[in-house]
Amino acid sequence: MSYSVSVQTPASRVATAAAAVLILVLIALPFFAGRGTIRDMFFILTMLVLAQFWNLLAGYGGLVSIGQQAFVGAGAYALFGAVILWGIDPVPAILLSGVAALVIAVPTAFFAFRLNGAYFAIGTWVIAEVVRLLVAQWKTLGGGTGTSLPREATRDMWFVSLIEDALGVRSAAARDILAYWLALLLALATIGGIYWLLRTRRGLALAAVRDNVEAAKSVGVDASRMKWIVFLTSALGTGLAGGLIYMQKARISPDAAFSVTDWTAYVIFIVVIGGIGTIEGPIIGVLVFFALQSLLADFGSWYLMSLGVLAIVVMLVAPRGLWGLLSGRTGLHLFPIRRRLSGGQLTQAEE
Amino acid sequence: MALLQTSGLTAGYGDFQALFGVNIELGEAETVAIIGANGAGKTTLMRSIAGVLRNETSSVRFDGADIGTLTADEIVTRGVAMVPEGRRLFPSLSVEENLLIGAYGRRGGGHWTLETIYGLFPILAERRHSPGTALSGGQQQMVAIGRALMSNPRVLLCDEISLGLAPVVIKDIYRAVPAIKAAGASLIVVEQDIAQALAVADRVYCMMEGRITLSGTPDSLSRDAIHDAYFGAGQ
Amino acid sequence: MIWIDTVLQGILLGGLYALFAAGLSLVFGIMRLVNLAHGDLIVMGAYLILVLVTLLGLPPFAALLIAMPVMFCLGWGLQKFLLNRTLGDDILPPLLVTFGLSVVLQNALLETFSADSQRLPTDALTTASLQVGPIALGVMPLLTFASAVLVIVGLNQLFYRTSLGRAFRATSDDAVTASLMGIRPANIFATATGIALVIVTIAALYLGLRANFDPNIGPARLIYAFEAVIIGGLGSLWGTLAGGIIIGVAQTVGAAVNPEWQILSGHIAFLIVLLVRPRGLFPRAND
Repeated sequence: MSYSVSVQTPASRVATAAAAVLILVLIALPFFAGRGTIRDMFFILTMLVLAQFWNLLAGYGGLVSIGQQAFVGAGAYALFGAVILWGIDPVPAILLSGVAALVIAVPTAFFAFRLNGAYFAIGTWVIAEVVRLLVAQWKTLGGGTGTSLPREATRDMWFVSLIEDALGVRSAAARDILAYWLALLLALATIGGIYWLLRTRRGLALAAVRDNVEAAKSVGVDASRMKWIVFLTSALGTGLAGGLIYMQKARISPDAAFSVTDWTAYVIFIVVIGGIGTIEGPIIGVLVFFALQSLLADFGSWYLMSLGVLAIVVMLVAPRGLWGLLSGRTGLHLFPIRRRLSGGQLTQAEE
Repeated sequence: MALLQTSGLTAGYGDFQALFGVNIELGEAETVAIIGANGAGKTTLMRSIAGVLRNETSSVRFDGADIGTLTADEIVTRGVAMVPEGRRLFPSLSVEENLLIGAYGRRGGGHWTLETIYGLFPILAERRHSPGTALSGGQQQMVAIGRALMSNPRVLLCDEISLGLAPVVIKDIYRAVPAIKAAGASLIVVEQDIAQALAVADRVYCMMEGRITLSGTPDSLSRDAIHDAYFGAGQ
Repeated sequence: MIWIDTVLQGILLGGLYALFAAGLSLVFGIMRLVNLAHGDLIVMGAYLILVLVTLLGLPPFAALLIAMPVMFCLGWGLQKFLLNRTLGDDILPPLLVTFGLSVVLQNALLETFSADSQRLPTDALTTASLQVGPIALGVMPLLTFASAVLVIVGLNQLFYRTSLGRAFRATSDDAVTASLMGIRPANIFATATGIALVIVTIAALYLGLRANFDPNIGPARLIYAFEAVIIGGLGSLWGTLAGGIIIGVAQTVGAAVNPEWQILSGHIAFLIVLLVRPRGLFPRAND
């Protein structure tokens, strides 16, 4: 008659083993894959990071932001500023990207938390616009037209010559490999970190706040504190990703770094199509997104139109996304968060 | 043939089933009371008939037609109006506007107009421009009844119209019933107050746990039979 | 003197922003729905008028009379068949569906009309100006402002003087009880969005007559409209006009100081109001 509470499922144990193999393959990828593959993988991984953080915000925190480009842009500009103005190496400067995003996030949250629901969404967008317009006034970083990372900074970047020697590749390819490894590290840390957060007491509190703010308050969950934690965490991660993305691009402009389409619309579509409110969803979503982009990118605006239509259809027909359909049919959970009661005897009444 | 009839009516909210095969009838010019304890399913029954909850085909018939699958707005247009539990006046509308909106789905004329409603409840004429929610509970209940009458219904469903009101106010409100009947409406009155229900009704149904447990004319029902039907036998 | 002129121009510009915002405010007031495609619908309205002007050779104001019923039907259908399905307790579906719609509309316009900027043809009247003392006021900005006031007066009349307006308010209060009155909420919502798109079409006319437009400018119009609604206080139409004027004046004053600061000053004014009066200048009592 003993009960035990666990969060593991048989599928999650298999998944743990498969994930270990997959991670090893991904780490080793630059040793056997071409430069094109590495660049594609960099794109997939960074979009995955952005998607995971937007999902944390909207799917778990119930905070639908359309202003994530503020943190991508702030992170990217912080990196460029640190490299160009202070001569810091681009790799450690990525950490400053996260700090800059946090610095922007505090006043953003202060304003945006005064708005609810849909108005919160547009409020974050307005603030992102304000940040973009302010950055465009920053003449030393190129103002509205933007600027590039200095050649010597990218050439002498940490680890680049090491990679050149170890893999026998040119400097440009070595920079891509470095960026890829950093993106892989960031993506793994993101998924692991979010999974950890959701399984702690804080994570439970988060689910409670999302499901019912009043009820959560009545059992002692501090809802506004949870909102702050989620918002700042997302900003930090989004800023790190922004810094990394623009370290790889090595060229920046306010319109590109604060693009609502690239850094928020795409990300929302990835999460919605894959399945909002799950860790698996954004992973599926980013793969679908990449496949669609490879197939349809030549068709320009038709591509974005079909993405938009797909997202609308998914939202109406299968609001839990592709992963929701799959796990609903099969009961599969790769990142189980729900605590499951097993053992003992459950009578019918208890069920 | 009955004006309004439910047969094997089942209803519920999500996984929770509240009605288990309810059969009731309402004749032309008749007043029927439905009594029962809290949670017996009386309000659910009213909401099902009024179309707020969707039902099975042919589980509700009105005037010879199947209305079980119609939506609430279609059912009002056909002549079944409801005074909802808790009155539910529109806070953005004045008393008069609350009454006027009752006539939104009306087709054709009838006895009830603003003038005749003000004749029935004179106090409402004085308060016509106040916000509906600024009135006392009894006056609000008068607005809710007047609002339902404005559609000139053939069947008026009254859900707990005496709830939370002082006895003297309840008397005032029930004083309107003869006039409502005289204007050609049949009534289903849901009541927790058994004495009031027995006084006003031609026939009484007693409900418990989503089923009809007793029915008959007020003088054919003994206090003990009602007590058993209300609380369950042997308690 | 130049400052009085700047402020007057800003007030008149506020009329345009109030026109952008009135439809958004109407729809939010009735069904708590924020349509993120609102700005793109304005741009689409401008293209619709442009097509009517070019194909039929009509003057823009005549084209407006044809475009308005077309846009009404479009709004009615959009609400009835798409947006009604997103309404409910969960805030995600309406936001994400209208955001998707925004992206779809933008790219459909891009595909059909290319990214080149367009303008509605203007004539002598629309480019004329009135001399008031030392200040010259454009006829077009004056017309825009007058239209905004007329639209708001009209909406208030509709809301407080008609049976449809009562049904709007009743459905907004309590849709289930409204259905007991013979009101079909789905149709009321559809009608409201239809009317919102008629206002959008009026806004589109002035957008196209006053300046160039291209498929990408929708989101910025949405943001101005949103700022006007929030500054005014949710649900207050006159507040929305006041909000539009504040954004307009902030923009012209900002632009007078430094042309690059025009848009930025509008946003900053919005943030200041949000800081000082989080519920806007004229908040509705029961919300």
